[in-house]
Amino acid sequence: MTNSFYGPLADPAGDAGWVDGDHQPRKGFFTDTSVCIGCKACEVACKEWNAVPDDGMNWLGSSYDNSGALGASTWRHVKFIEQPKPLGAQQAGMEGTAAGVSVTDVLNRAADSALAGDRSTLGSTNRVDLGMPTTTLPGQVDGAQRTEFRWLMESDVCKHCTHAACLDVCPTGSLFRTEFGTVVVQDDICNGCGYCVPACPFGVIDRRVGEKGVTKNEGIAQKCTLCYDRIGDGLQPACATACPTQSIQYGDVDELRERAQKRVDALHAAGVHDARLYGENGHDGVGGLGAFFLLLDEPEVYGLPPDPVVTTRDLPEMWRKAALAAVAMLAGAVAVFGAGERR
Amino acid sequence: MAECHPVGFQWVMEAKARGAKVIHIDPRFTRTSAVADQHVPLRAGSDIAFLGGIINYILSNEKYFRDYVVSYTNAATLVSEDFQDVDELDGLFSGYDPETGTYDPSSWAYQGHDDGSDGQTGRPTAPTSTGDDQSGQDSGSEPEGSAGGATIDDVGGEESADSEKDRGAGHELGGRGANLAHSKVARDETLQHPQTVFQVLKRHYARYTPEVVEQICGVPPEQFLQVCEDVTSNSGRDRTTAWVYSVGWTHHSTGVQYIRGSAIIQLLLGNMGRPGGGIMALRGHASIQGSTDIPTLFNILPGYLPVPSAGKHDTYADYIATIAKPGMKGFWTKADAYTASLLKAWWGDAATPENDFCFDYLPKLTGDHGTYQTVFDMVDGKIDGYFLLGQNPAVGSAHGKLQRLGLAKLKWLVVRDLQMIESATFWKDGPEIESGELKTEEIGTEVFFFPAATHTEKEGTFTQTQRMLQWRYKAVEPPGDARSELHFYYHLGRLLRERYAGSTDPKDRPLLDLTWDYPTHGETQDPDGDAILREVNGYYLTGEKAGQFLPGFVEMKADGSTSGGCWIYCGVYKDGVNQAARKKPGRDQNFVAPEWGWAWPMNRRTLYNRASADPEGRPWSEKKAYVWWDEEAQQWTGHDVPDFQLTKPPSYRPEEGASGPDGIAGDDPFIMQADGKGWLYAPTGLLDGPLPAHYEPAESPVDNPLYTQQGNPTRQVFKRKDNLQNPSKDEPGGDVFPYVFTTYRLTEHHTAGGMSRWLPYLSELQPEMFCEVSPELARERGLEHFGYATIVTARTAIEARVLVTDRVVPLKVGGTVIHQIGLPYHWGVGDDAVVSGDSANDLLGLSLDPNVHIQESKVASCDIQPGRRPTGEALLRYVEDYRSRAGITVETGNLRMTAPSDDRLEGAQQ
Repeated sequence: MTNSFYGPLADPAGDAGWVDGDHQPRKGFFTDTSVCIGCKACEVACKEWNAVPDDGMNWLGSSYDNSGALGASTWRHVKFIEQPKPLGAQQAGMEGTAAGVSVTDVLNRAADSALAGDRSTLGSTNRVDLGMPTTTLPGQVDGAQRTEFRWLMESDVCKHCTHAACLDVCPTGSLFRTEFGTVVVQDDICNGCGYCVPACPFGVIDRRVGEKGVTKNEGIAQKCTLCYDRIGDGLQPACATACPTQSIQYGDVDELRERAQKRVDALHAAGVHDARLYGENGHDGVGGLGAFFLLLDEPEVYGLPPDPVVTTRDLPEMWRKAALAAVAMLAGAVAVFGAGERR
Repeated sequence: MAECHPVGFQWVMEAKARGAKVIHIDPRFTRTSAVADQHVPLRAGSDIAFLGGIINYILSNEKYFRDYVVSYTNAATLVSEDFQDVDELDGLFSGYDPETGTYDPSSWAYQGHDDGSDGQTGRPTAPTSTGDDQSGQDSGSEPEGSAGGATIDDVGGEESADSEKDRGAGHELGGRGANLAHSKVARDETLQHPQTVFQVLKRHYARYTPEVVEQICGVPPEQFLQVCEDVTSNSGRDRTTAWVYSVGWTHHSTGVQYIRGSAIIQLLLGNMGRPGGGIMALRGHASIQGSTDIPTLFNILPGYLPVPSAGKHDTYADYIATIAKPGMKGFWTKADAYTASLLKAWWGDAATPENDFCFDYLPKLTGDHGTYQTVFDMVDGKIDGYFLLGQNPAVGSAHGKLQRLGLAKLKWLVVRDLQMIESATFWKDGPEIESGELKTEEIGTEVFFFPAATHTEKEGTFTQTQRMLQWRYKAVEPPGDARSELHFYYHLGRLLRERYAGSTDPKDRPLLDLTWDYPTHGETQDPDGDAILREVNGYYLTGEKAGQFLPGFVEMKADGSTSGGCWIYCGVYKDGVNQAARKKPGRDQNFVAPEWGWAWPMNRRTLYNRASADPEGRPWSEKKAYVWWDEEAQQWTGHDVPDFQLTKPPSYRPEEGASGPDGIAGDDPFIMQADGKGWLYAPTGLLDGPLPAHYEPAESPVDNPLYTQQGNPTRQVFKRKDNLQNPSKDEPGGDVFPYVFTTYRLTEHHTAGGMSRWLPYLSELQPEMFCEVSPELARERGLEHFGYATIVTARTAIEARVLVTDRVVPLKVGGTVIHQIGLPYHWGVGDDAVVSGDSANDLLGLSLDPNVHIQESKVASCDIQPGRRPTGEALLRYVEDYRSRAGITVETGNLRMTAPSDDRLEGAQQ
């Protein structure tokens, strides 16, 4: 079946019509968050290579994350997640110290709402009611001690979905499926309509905000191209090249999936039982991701949807229903007016 | 390491993937802690207590590598009966002079015989077996001279005549290590004699129990013991442990002793000179190693030769005699060859044996000319001009205000940098302009700004912490007027020489006689970096090999027949090949990868690697085989270049009176030391004691629980109104500054920001100065996350955004809770950068390590309050108010000795 919107699909590039000599093995990222050290070299290398402008000098107070989210001017985004939970057998060194109750959950929530524009809860280490059924506020309990802690880091990126809704809804053909099975915006074709923005189940793609005539590609939808202009020349994407710990690995998706499975098995054997792959399964709601992840906990911990579904999944059904409705209407009209004519 | 050296950290991650355990000991929970197996938070400035605790654990649980310790360290050597330890003198070693704040180290010396005739009466020199003949000795037997359990080893060297003069002037030692006072030393290889280094060590660290570690460091015993277990169980014949520190360890008033602490651990566990062992110093910038090898420091010449001192080294013979004493052992005895070759490289044909190779041309030291003394001299109007190359002291050096006030007193200032850094613009937009302390129109400093080429825009070598030189090529031409350092100095020298050409004034000879004939290329007349490297390597100057490159420093001669700009780098151009430019992939060679770049000395990748084999020359284990004695070929061989005379068999014992390299026995791996041993105990060479002892930082809200002596009694202090110190715990006003702060770097920025705060891509990642505080401190002081805080010391107050985080943990120290505040030091006040902010280094005062004049910038005390700081004159009043509340005078914190008690003094002076 060609031009499918949903379900497992072995060969997105072929499905998009790439044939013979042009067609390449599917390329993607395997981002292994278990070895990410949060250096952000990926963010910088991406901007350097792709000439992405800076995204503003905003201190977010969100751990060491001042990029905030993926967007038109942030194509790689390193998340920093502080949590009062253990990471495998890691000893965070807080046990037996004079530390009191953790505040990270409070701060995480404050940071989340601040990112969404509400800064009212930021000075929240003193008094914030989470609405939880506790008798004391977090950080206010005497005698209690925090014992566990982990600091997770994850370099997030466009997922290059097997079924990419952004591409499906693009009216200009600016977004297209490359011969490597990746999804790329052509900024000289995009008209800035913005249909793709709500279509993405991960909130990746966005239109660039800036000054008209000054900011490059102002108003144009932008996101990771998986360095289309590098991989065609046999180079790795800029972020993968810059990553010092091989947290970002680039290659054939099939091979990467095998590698990722081995890494998960190794982590499980080492006692990191929550380690899991995210987006490697072709049976999920987006047909699997070209850029998939090894996470150390539930996807929600990283701000990723637990069960992403391509927003155009129901498009064929909708069109079918729309067609049916049209046929029915036509039939009705024929019945009404046709009969009348005969009269 | 992940935080500041993310690229190098990939190898730690690789080791971890192969099963290595990573332990991170650091006051803050960093990106390193995030991926480490164990993070141990400890109080900033308490590291010697932690290290001492490990030493005590090793010794009291018999975890040391006995064969290694007995044969390769000075554990068996006997220490003078006159030596008194800190326990006897309540925090002072014997020999302390409270007037000068210095030690006379003569009582720290090894036991032995001062002259050859006495030596004859002792047992003949080694061969000493590994102690079998003495194993039955009673532990308590008192030796009389050389009798009893002690043998006498000939270690060479005459009476250390300069020990007296060396007091208070560690910078005069250069890098050559220390001479030994006696020609013979007494040893007891059973380690039982009470005066053996081993027993001294045991007594010294007996008090550093897990409970004391907890009391000082705030580390619970379970956590501490876990580290002890892991480190010791991972050391021995089959396994090795590496210690890695970053230069923050050196930024203490006891910094040298921090490093000594880890050296003692590594020697006790047999982790030196072996694969996977050692102590890795992570430097703050690319090629900082290179800039000490071929130094930018005031007190050393290339290859760690000391800069001569006026009055002491007025003749070449005097100078050489200080480094290489007649009869001394080891490779420093060839210092005359290294020095003559250096002077030949600099002054060419003008340097002759008759004129002592132009030794008189060298400038002579008249005292401490370290960076901080120089700044005080600037403030006092004693300095006219200053060159800043890739350095931003207005932001990056401790006591920023003093730095800027000093710069404002200069006549001229040359700044060579990538950007218009704060040190170049302080006169118009520095904090003192805003506060009214300085007025632009009253500053007479003429600033010359020269844009500099970046590392991609020039050729040359980087020398990294493994002493490895790696050549890099120029990728692009520098833009506009930007030029390389080589270009700047070559042409500056050329122009000066043109200016002085024809001068008959003898004082101009050093400049005019310089060999200054480097080829240049390109439009900009950039000097050829390759030509410099060739000069550094050196040549045969006479004989049939004249004009050929020296293959190594052993070929250097004292008679002027060779040249070489840095003896330890000799061989980098061996066979006419730029060895540093070799880039053979690791997969195409053995695991040591000797054909990637070039490491000094002689391309050895691990120093003292003779220690990777047992005394008989066999690998300690198959797994850890590295360098060994090939019986058949009768020479040393292995994976690395042996760091030993190639054909000297393990059984070699020096003849009576042998000196130089020949004085080192076949089982003495530490060939640069005068006794061939790794020094657990330093009988000489250090100014603040032969063993690391815990002292509190110069500013500390904690009492030293071990000794009455609170801080390092020999630290360098500057008792001045512009260098006021916060009172410590027990002093009046100590409660005004109840918190500890530490300064550090973030991955996103580089030091004072010259390479990062002008780049939008890096600036946006950490755009604003912030402080990291624990939720507990936030509650105590009412600090609001995302709000502002004001941090104040006796110097000034700064403001920072508040980041409340669980990563900062309050510590229970001696029954009280100590809060620590984390301050990145990347921001500075100025108008030119993309992002700016208050500088953490402005908070610091100056107290220095006495050995190396390094500032204590990784720990100090402070107060923190919610809200932004006052501005303008109100800021000065705000700080003044703190000072008067704390009753601060110039004496506060600037007195080295704590509560002088007559008993302690008497004992110390004995």
